[in-house]
Amino acid sequence: MTNTIIWTVVILTALGLVLSLVLYWIARKFKVEEDPRIDDIEKTLPGANCGGCGFAGCRAFADAAVKAGNLDANYCPVGGAEVMKKVAVILGCEVKEAAPMVAVVRCNGTCDARPRINTYEGERSCKVKAALYGGDTGCLFGCLGCGDCVAACQFGALSMNPATGLPSVDESKCTACGKCVAACPKCIIELRSKGPRGMREYVSCTNKDKGPVARKSCSSACIGCGICEKTCQHGAITVADNVAYIDFTKCKLCRECEAVCPTGAIHGVNFPKELDKEAVKKRIADRKAKAAATVQPEAKKEAENV
Amino acid sequence: MSKLTFSIGGIHPADSKIARERKIEVLPLPDRVYVSMFQHLGAMAKPVVAVGDAVKAGQIIAEPGGFISAYIHSPVSGTVRSIGPRKDLAGFMQMHIEIEVQGDEWAEGIDLTTDLVTSVPEDRDFILDRIKMNGVVGLGGATFPTHVKLNPPPGKVAECLILNGAECEPYLTSDYRILLERTDEIVVGAAIMQKVLGGCRCVIGIEENKPEAIAAVRASVARLGYPSMEVAVLKKRYPQGGEKQLIDAVMHRQVKSGGLPIDVGAVVQNVATSLAVYEAVQKNKPLVTNVLTVTGDVLAPDRQHNYLFRIGVPLSFIAQYAGGVPEDAVKIVSGGPMMGKAIANLDATTVKGSSSILYLGGKTSRKEEGPCIRCGRCADACPMGLEPFLLKSLYRAGDVPALEQNAAQDCIECGCCQYSCPSYIPLLDNIRMAKGQVMAVIRARNAKK
Amino acid sequence: MDKVIVSPSPHVHSPASTDRIMIDVIIALLPALLVSFFFYGWSQLLVLAVSCVSCVGLEWLIARFLFKRPAVFSCTSALVTGVLLAMNLPCTTPWWIVLIGALVAIGIAKMSFGGLGQNIFNPAITGRVFLLVSFPVQMTNWTMPANSFVSVDAVTGATPLGLIKEGLKAGQSIGDILAANGLEMSGLLRDIGGSSGEVSAIALLVGFCYLLVRKVVKPWIPLSIVATIALIAGVFHGIDPAHFTGIGFNLLTGGVMLGALFMATDYVTSPMSNWGGVIYGVGIGLIVMMIRYFGSYPEGMSFAILIMNCFVPLINRAFHQKKYGRA
Repeated sequence: MTNTIIWTVVILTALGLVLSLVLYWIARKFKVEEDPRIDDIEKTLPGANCGGCGFAGCRAFADAAVKAGNLDANYCPVGGAEVMKKVAVILGCEVKEAAPMVAVVRCNGTCDARPRINTYEGERSCKVKAALYGGDTGCLFGCLGCGDCVAACQFGALSMNPATGLPSVDESKCTACGKCVAACPKCIIELRSKGPRGMREYVSCTNKDKGPVARKSCSSACIGCGICEKTCQHGAITVADNVAYIDFTKCKLCRECEAVCPTGAIHGVNFPKELDKEAVKKRIADRKAKAAATVQPEAKKEAENV
Repeated sequence: MSKLTFSIGGIHPADSKIARERKIEVLPLPDRVYVSMFQHLGAMAKPVVAVGDAVKAGQIIAEPGGFISAYIHSPVSGTVRSIGPRKDLAGFMQMHIEIEVQGDEWAEGIDLTTDLVTSVPEDRDFILDRIKMNGVVGLGGATFPTHVKLNPPPGKVAECLILNGAECEPYLTSDYRILLERTDEIVVGAAIMQKVLGGCRCVIGIEENKPEAIAAVRASVARLGYPSMEVAVLKKRYPQGGEKQLIDAVMHRQVKSGGLPIDVGAVVQNVATSLAVYEAVQKNKPLVTNVLTVTGDVLAPDRQHNYLFRIGVPLSFIAQYAGGVPEDAVKIVSGGPMMGKAIANLDATTVKGSSSILYLGGKTSRKEEGPCIRCGRCADACPMGLEPFLLKSLYRAGDVPALEQNAAQDCIECGCCQYSCPSYIPLLDNIRMAKGQVMAVIRARNAKK
Repeated sequence: MDKVIVSPSPHVHSPASTDRIMIDVIIALLPALLVSFFFYGWSQLLVLAVSCVSCVGLEWLIARFLFKRPAVFSCTSALVTGVLLAMNLPCTTPWWIVLIGALVAIGIAKMSFGGLGQNIFNPAITGRVFLLVSFPVQMTNWTMPANSFVSVDAVTGATPLGLIKEGLKAGQSIGDILAANGLEMSGLLRDIGGSSGEVSAIALLVGFCYLLVRKVVKPWIPLSIVATIALIAGVFHGIDPAHFTGIGFNLLTGGVMLGALFMATDYVTSPMSNWGGVIYGVGIGLIVMMIRYFGSYPEGMSFAILIMNCFVPLINRAFHQKKYGRA
C-alpha cells in the first residue's frame, strides 16, 4: 500500500518535471517577439471591443497605434481624452485634443406629433420594417421605433421612451462609439459635439419632404422654411433638401434659431435657463431694425451720389 | 399520367378559393388613373410624355430605362395631369404619371375585336418586337420583362416551355378564371412562345384542384391541334407554382444555386403572361389590362369578384366599386396570403403585377414569438431544403459568412417556414434580411472579379 | 385605414402551436396513464399530481422571478415533463423525492440552460437518473402490478431486468430465472413490474400512433432504437441463450418502449434531420444493450438517452437537409 503511494508520487512528480521542461523549451523556441507597448496600450484601453474607433477591437487599435508610432489615426471615443493621454504617454507622443461627442437623435416625431396611420406587425426590427414599407406614420424619414439602436448600444446609453416612442440618450453613459448611428436604417442618429457643459443646439428632424407634406405627416417636422438660416448670424445653418442642419463647429449657442422655428423642430438641450422665445424674438427684431436704420441712410447717400 | 409535384418540402394551406365561380367582370373607368413607372423588375421606365399632353389608350407613355426594363402604355385616353412622385402601396415614393380620363379612345393599330387569331407569325424577331413594344412582363409575381426571358443568351437552348397555371396561393382565382374564359387565347399564346423558343415542347401545369380548367385546356389543345403541347396535372401543394419547384415537378431537374431556369433548358411563363403575349402579338394590344381578384375571409361570398381592370386604376377605386372595405378586415393584402404585400396605402395604384385585393380578418394577426422548440417543421417545410431555424439564429447573431455557407441566398421567400412554425417565430422576416446581406456580399465579390 | 395591420408575408399561419403540440403529447400519454392507474391505483395518481404540480409551479416561479419574463409559452411543456417524470417513477415514491426529481428536471436540466428549447438533456430523464443514483432503495422498490382495486396488499419486488441481473450474478441461466419468477412473455399488455410508464407497451404504442397521425413526431427515432435492440438481442441470444435475454424480453421490459416512443423523440434533445435521428436511435439502442449485457445496472434506457443527448449538436452538424439544386 505505502509502496503504491510512494511510486505514484514519484512518477507524477517526475512526469510533471519533464513536461514542464518540455513546455519551457517550446515556449522559448516558438516565442513571438511583440512590442510590449501593444500589451500596455491594450490594458489602458477600456476593453469594450466596441469598434467605435474604426478598428476591429482594442487589440487592433493598440497594434495600429504602435505600428504608426503616433495617434493621428487613432482615437478611442469610449475612453476619451483621459485614456488617450495615457496612451500617448506609453507611445511618447502628443495627442490631438478632440471635442467629446455624443449621440443625438434627430427625430421629434412623438406619438402626439406624428399620428399613426397603420399598425406594424412583424419582427421588432427597424431594419426589417424599413425594408418592408414606408412606416406606420406618414413620415418616410422619421424614427421607426423598433429600437435597433437600443440593441446596438453596448453601454446601455439608449432606451426607448414609451411616452414619445423615440429613443433617448443617456449622456452620462454614451461614449460616442457610433454603433447606433450605423444601426439606424433611417440615419436619424448623428454624433455631435457635446458642447460646453453639455449645451448644444440641433435640428431634430431629417424629413426631406416639401414643407406642406412634411407638416401634414408630423406637426413638429422641419418644413425647410429657412427662417433659421436667415436668422443665424454665424452661418451655422444650411437648408438643403427641405431640411435645416446646424453645423456644430460654427454654432455659438445663441438659441435664436430655436426661438424662431415655427414647428419647434430645433432643440436646445442642457441650457441652464428655459428659452424665453418672446425676448429672443424681440432681440432679433431690434437688431434688424437697427441694421435697417444704418443701411438705409447709406443707401440714400449712394443714391444721391449717382 | 400521374400527378406531378416537387421533391423537397412544401405545405398544404387551406385552399380558400372562394371567388372561383365568379365570372370576370369588366371594371368601369375612374376619373383619374396613376401609372407607375416602376411596375416591372429592373430599371425604372422613363416618361416620354409631358404634362398637358393628350394620350390615347394603348399609347406608349414611358420607355425602358435599361436592358431589363419595359415599355409602359397609357391604360386610358385623356390628358396627362402630372408627372411626379406618389406613394405606392408600401408608402414609398415612386414616379407616377397621372392621367385624367376623357372618353375611351384607343391608339391606332390595335385590334380590339375578340375573334381568335390562330395563325402564328413566322418571324421570330417580329414576335419578340411585338412583345417588347407592347410592354409584356411576367404576371406570375416577379414581373420580369418577357421579351428578355424569351430570348435566351447564345448557347442556351430551351427544351421545355412550362406554362404556370398552378395558382398555388390560397384565395387567388384570377388565373383560374382566365384559364376557363380565355382558354384558346392562352393556348395560342403558348404556341407563339414555343415558336420564339425554337419549337420546344410545352407543358401546361395546372393543380389538381382545378379539374374544370384542366379539362378546358386539354380540350382546347386538342381542338387547336398542337402536338407538342400537353397538360400536366400537379398535386395541390404550396409552393407548386414557384419557378424552381415547377421545373422540378415537370422536368425532374433542379436549377443550381445562382443559376437560371434556362441552364436546365426550362422557360417558365405564367398563364396570364401567355394571354398578354397572345394579345400583344396577334392583336398588337399592349399590356394595359389584367385580371384581379377581390376576395378574403371577411368578405361575403357574393361580394367577391374577379375584375378585368385597366392597369393604373387606384386600388381604392376597385375597393369602393366592389362595395368598400369590409368592417372587420384588419389587413389588406395585394397578392396571395403567402407571398403578397400588405397594403399600407390603399390610395396606391394598380401595377402590371397586381393580382388581388385580399381582405383578411383577425386570424391573420400575428401571435407573440415563443422560444424555438427545435421541432424542425420549418426545415421540413422549406422547398429549398434550407434550415430556417439556423438561418434566423445566424442572422440575429450577424454571421454573414455562415449565412452564405448555409445558403440563405437560395431562399425563395415562399413563407412555408414561418407558416409552419408552432412558436410563431418570424423566420422569414429575418431570413429575407439575411438573404439581402448575403446577396450584397456575393455581388460585391463578383464585381471585384 | 388607421387600424390596418402591415406586416411582411406570409399573412396566414398553420393551426399548429407549441401548446397544441404539448397537449397532443399529453393526450398520447393518456392510455398508458389509465393503464397504470388501473394497476397501481391512487398512489400512482398521487405521484402524478405531485410531479405535475411541482414541475409547472417551478417553471412558472423560475420564469417569473429569475428570468423575469412571462412563462405562458412553456407551462404546457413543463406539464409534459411532469407527466413523463411521474411515469418514470415507481408508484411508491414518497412525495418529497418526486419534488426533488421535479427540481432537478425543471430547475437544473431545463431552466439553468435557459428554458424551453435550450436544454441539452431531456429534463424528465435527468430527473429520474438523479433520483436513481441518489435514492437507489426507494427508486428500485417496484410494486408488482395488480389490479389495485381488487387486491388490497400490493406486492413489492424487483423488476424483471433486476431479477435477471441478480440471477446471472448468482450463476443461474436465463431460462431458470424466468421460470422461477413466472416471467414468460406476458408483458405485452401488462404485468411487467416497474415504473408506472412501463406497465403496458400496447397502451404506449396506441398513444404513439396518435402522435404519428397528428404528425407531431416522425417514426425514425423509435424505429431505429427498436431495430438496433432487436438486432443485438437477436444475435447475442442466438449465440448464447443461457446468458443473454431475447428480443421480445428486451423490447418490452425496462423503459425501452416509454423511452423510445416518448423520451428519445423529445424535439429539443433529439436531432432535427431524419438521418440524424436514425444515427441517434442506433446509438441509443447500442448503449442500452451494452449496459444491459455488460454493465452493472440492470436497465440502461435513461443513461443511453442522456449519453446520446450529448451527441445531438454534433449529429445536427453532420446531417443537414437535402438542399435544392446543390447536389
